[in-house]
Parts: sequence; C-alpha cells; structure tokens
Amino acid sequence: MHATVSNAVPSAERAAEAARNAKDTRDDRIFAWILKGCALIVLLALVGAAGSTLWLGSDAFHTFGFGFLTSAAWDPSNDQYGALVPIMGTIGTAFIALLFAVPVSFGIALFLTEIAPQWLRGPVSSAIELLAGIPSIIYGMWGLFIFAPFVAEHIKPWLMNNFSADPPDGQVSWLVTHVPGIAKFFSSEYPFFGAGVLTAGLVLAVMIIPFISSVMREVFQTVPTRLKESAYALGSSTWEVVWDIVVPYTRTAVIGGVFLGLGRALGETMAVAFVLGNTFKFSLSFLETSSSIASTIANQFGEAQGLQRSALMALAFLLFVVTFIVLLIARLMLRRLATKEGK
Amino acid sequence: MFTRKLRIAALVAASLFGMGAAQATDITGAGSSFVYPVISKWSAKYAEATGNKLNYQSVGSGAGIAQIKEGTIDFGASDAPMSSEDLTKFGLGQFPSVVGGIVPVVNLQGVQAGQLKLTGAVLADIYLGKIAKWDDPAITALNPGLKIPSNKITVVHRSDGSGTSFNFTNYLSKVSPEWASKVKFGTAVEWPAGVGGKGNEGVSQYVRQIPGSIGYVEYAYAKKNSISFAQMQNAAGKWVQPNAETFGAAAGTADWASAKDFNVIMTNAPGDQAWPITATTWIIMYKKSKNPSHTKVAFDFFKWSLEKGQADASSLDYVALPATLVQKIEGYWASDFGNK
Repeated sequence: MHATVSNAVPSAERAAEAARNAKDTRDDRIFAWILKGCALIVLLALVGAAGSTLWLGSDAFHTFGFGFLTSAAWDPSNDQYGALVPIMGTIGTAFIALLFAVPVSFGIALFLTEIAPQWLRGPVSSAIELLAGIPSIIYGMWGLFIFAPFVAEHIKPWLMNNFSADPPDGQVSWLVTHVPGIAKFFSSEYPFFGAGVLTAGLVLAVMIIPFISSVMREVFQTVPTRLKESAYALGSSTWEVVWDIVVPYTRTAVIGGVFLGLGRALGETMAVAFVLGNTFKFSLSFLETSSSIASTIANQFGEAQGLQRSALMALAFLLFVVTFIVLLIARLMLRRLATKEGK
Repeated sequence: MFTRKLRIAALVAASLFGMGAAQATDITGAGSSFVYPVISKWSAKYAEATGNKLNYQSVGSGAGIAQIKEGTIDFGASDAPMSSEDLTKFGLGQFPSVVGGIVPVVNLQGVQAGQLKLTGAVLADIYLGKIAKWDDPAITALNPGLKIPSNKITVVHRSDGSGTSFNFTNYLSKVSPEWASKVKFGTAVEWPAGVGGKGNEGVSQYVRQIPGSIGYVEYAYAKKNSISFAQMQNAAGKWVQPNAETFGAAAGTADWASAKDFNVIMTNAPGDQAWPITATTWIIMYKKSKNPSHTKVAFDFFKWSLEKGQADASSLDYVALPATLVQKIEGYWASDFGNK
C-alpha cells in the first residue's frame, strides 16, 4: 500500500513508511501463523484421537488380526470379540436415516426458501433449529417409550405381513414368493418388539433432519434471484426452477450438508443404544435388533477391562475408518459430478 | 495498647484454629451404580449430621476399581469382589456395604406379581434359549393351577456391563452346569438368546413392551414400575418371594465365615428363607492410606451407615447387613485397617 514512494519525499518520512511496511508484513506473518495454528489444532486433535484409539486397541488387533473385522462374536467371558455386527449396525442405521432424512430435509428447505409465505419462514426455521438443539438422550427416551411401541404396533406388523416369509397373519404375500431374497431383509425373531435397525434409523432421521435442512436452506438462499426470475420469465414451473436452477447451483454444498448429517448418524450413541436392541447376532434384516459401534462402546465401557476394553477401543478406531471411507466416497462422488457439470 | 493488639492476635489465631478444627472434609468415592441411590441418600444425611461431604460418582464397578488402584479416590465400590491376591498386590481391603435383590420379571397376561414359580434350572434354560415357549412342560409342571399363555418367550437382558448382570449370570452358572461351561458369568457375557436393554430402565421398558418376555432387574425397579416378578425356588428347595426378609436371610446365611476379605458372591445362599439372587456391593479402600484424614472420614461414614443408615436403606428397598455380618466387618476394620 505504501509502495510508491517518490524521491521528493524527505528521508525521515520515508523511514517511517519503511518501518510501517515492515510492521505490516510482520503483523501479516503473525496473523498467518495464528490461523495456521487454528487449523493445526483440528489436525492434531484428529490425529491424536485416531492414534490413541489405535494404540489402545492394538491389543485387540494383534489378538484377532483381520478376523476382528469379519467375526460376529462378542463374548466377554471367553474374551472373543469381533466388529462385524457393530459395523453393520452402524452403517445400516445411518443408511436408513439418510434414506428418510434427505428427501424430507430437501422438502423442508425448498418450502422455506421458495414457497412458504414470509411470515411462516421465521417460526419454522427456529423450530428446526430448536430440534437440532435437543440432547440425544431425549431422543433415546422418546424412542424407547413412545416410538418403539408405535413401530411394534403399527409399522412392523404391516411390513412383516407384506415382506417377510414368516408373517404374523400367516399369509405369505405374493411379493415374497416371487421375489427371491426379499424376505431376508424383513425377517424378525421378535415380531412384537419395536426396537431394531429400522426404528433406530428412523429416530436418527429425525435427529439429523435439522442439520441437513438448515444447511440446505442456507445454500438455497444463495441462489441469485436473477437466475430464478429469468427462468420464471421463460415460463418455468416452480418444480423446473428448483430442479434446473436451484439444485445444480447448490449441488456441492447440499451434498456437504448431507454428509454433515451422515457424520452425526454414524457416531450417534445414546439414542441408538436405547432403540437398537443391542444384540450381536449377524442378520441382514432391517427389522432385527443389532448393535452399533458407538452404542456398544457406551454400553460396555464402564465395566470393561483388559482385552474387552482394547476391543472397544479398536471399535472406536474402526468408527474413524468407516467415517473416513464414507467421506472419501462423498468426495469422489462430488468430483464425478463436477466433471459432468455443463454437459 | 500493646495488650490489646496481643489480645486481637490471640483472638484471630484462636478463630483460625477453631475453624481448622471444624473444617469439613470432602471425600470422594466412585464405582457401582447399584449402590448409587443409597449412598447419595446416606451422604446427604451424613453431611447434615457431621458436616463432612461425600461425593460419589456412579461410573461403573470396573471404573471404580481402576480409580482406587490409581489412588485418585478415597474409596471404590464394586459389584464383583476383588480377589485376595489382587487386594494384597495393591494394598487394598474390601467389605460389603448393603444388600439388594435381583428379580426375574415377566410380561404374561393374567399372571400377577409373585404368582409364577421358577426354579434356577428352568430360568437358566430359558436364558439359554432351550425353553422357548411359556407352556413348556418344564414351566407348567412348576405352576399347576396357574393359567399360563402359550406365548413365545422373549428373553431380555442388560446390554450394558453391570453388577446386576454379574450376579444374575453368577447365579445361573451355579444352578446350571451348561450355563457355567458355555456362557460363564461376568458384568457382560455373550447372551445365547434375547435382546438387550440399557440399564434397569431399558430392561423394564422392554419387558413391558413385549408380551411373553422375561427379564431381570433390581427389586426396587420391579416394585416401582409394578412389573410382575416371579417367585423362585432357593438352594434349600423352598419357594420364596423377593422381599426384605428373604434378601436379609440370604445375606445372613451366605458363607462369610470361611471367606477371606469377604470374597463371597451370595447368590444361591443356603438358608431356608434366602432369596437366591441376592447381591451386595463391596467397598474397596487402601489399608495404608496416603490420605489418613480422608480415610478416617470414609470409615466414619460407613460405620455411620451400618449403624444408622438402615431406615434409609430399606426405604429404597435395599436391606441393611445382618448384625453378625456388621460385627465381622468391624472386626475386619480393626484387624486389617487398624481402625477402631
């Protein structure tokens, strides 16, 4: 800024200016260091947490080797542990949560930015933010006392009547006899019991909707009015404007929001511990009880010793790995989308 | 002038020392959640009586033992006793504090609390998944005259590591050789059947929600939530209902005399009146404390609880230790901790 110095300027003034320049560069450098430090704290925390779980879980990894990933055993009295069921439960519940949360969040965000009258936007937005602030134990209690019995009474019998090979009403449906394999996903050892992968996934969906929808709402608001109005002027319907203008314009950020929600769903602990049933039996069924990585750790950590504690730490490390893989896939998907842009 | 100054100085000094003498000591303990309700009630009463505060963290027995080994707390509380070798290795001693009962609870239409009769062997077979229906001959033979629905049995167990599970599985391995060899016992085991509820609350909720289910909870929970519990046949072959008398009888007849460091798990106790799944929590302390003033207060607290805390314990459906056991504990304090 003070770079143009003419010869006519007295030397004292020039010296002052040089001093100011030096001070500016020094301040800039300090500022850059502080920012770098802030970013490094995140990296350090991440590497530290992943490293310490790996270190504390190394005992289990050494004992079971690769079999830790493929074994469905969880037997503290004989010290046999495997991560297969918790990993499956974690991914299964998160998948169901996304399946329900993404379309609903999309609808909420579009309604709030495109369709809702001005006076309604404020209250609904604050309601969503409030929902995001509810502690997960509350969702857990709600799931245990109210939602799980509801699922057991209304949702599960219907699903089993239509899709399982062992329906409560005794009549195997046409679909089950003609589509091989479908019954495997809808079997249940306890037909009158509400807790399970589906229930946990639905509770998670309610929990992550506020995150995803508020991100979507924010980014939908960034779409320039010019673009939308041009489209409307050309005779587009609201749906066409949304699908051809709003969504392509905000795609990257929307997917970012979805993965923020997915991250929360993968790591959610208390709510899941109450509505997942906490069993370690391998099953592909959405109606069966299961365990997730985080709920297993929360359940057993207080009393665990020796190899069991190490196995729980190993599970924690695997949660890092699962999350990392999921994020990696997300990045790859984004890159794919980016190359398609404009075609 | 001079004397007045001196007098003030003396006064200040006296008040300082006086304060020092009356200063309350705060002690900390951690461990079992089984005793948490009664310890927190006791500590409130004890603080009223003596001014000494007690801070108890209900973090789980395993964590309690870990913390007392580290020496970060004044006492630990565990639902499973430590072995004498371990105690000696770390210079620790242990004694039982209060007794509670664990009851099998069922959700069977038309069956009231205390009506259903179960033996240990049948209970073990149910939890092994071998008895899968309520109208199994093994169950109906025990319950002539009781109309039992033909529901499928859904087993509910604790999903979290807990002292309740420890004592329950310990009982099952005492009455069923198959359980003892296959599943064994511990704060968490690989359950052969059923679903896991988190905490007493989770188990009692699951049992209420699933028709034909069976679970196990602390007696206080079953009573508070009015879930119907079963009566059991004890080691003496007598049928007993869960209540303060039968829990007390189990504590009184368990084999404390031949045990070193009170290392007795009192399930399947021999007495005629003994409830078979009775449990206690052990308090674990250093024999030679690094912080004698704290340990002194801790002893005082447990002495007070054994002598004056009985009413509070029974109001929470715990049972105070029988007098003979209290005497034995006080003898142990004198001999092993040098505390009279």
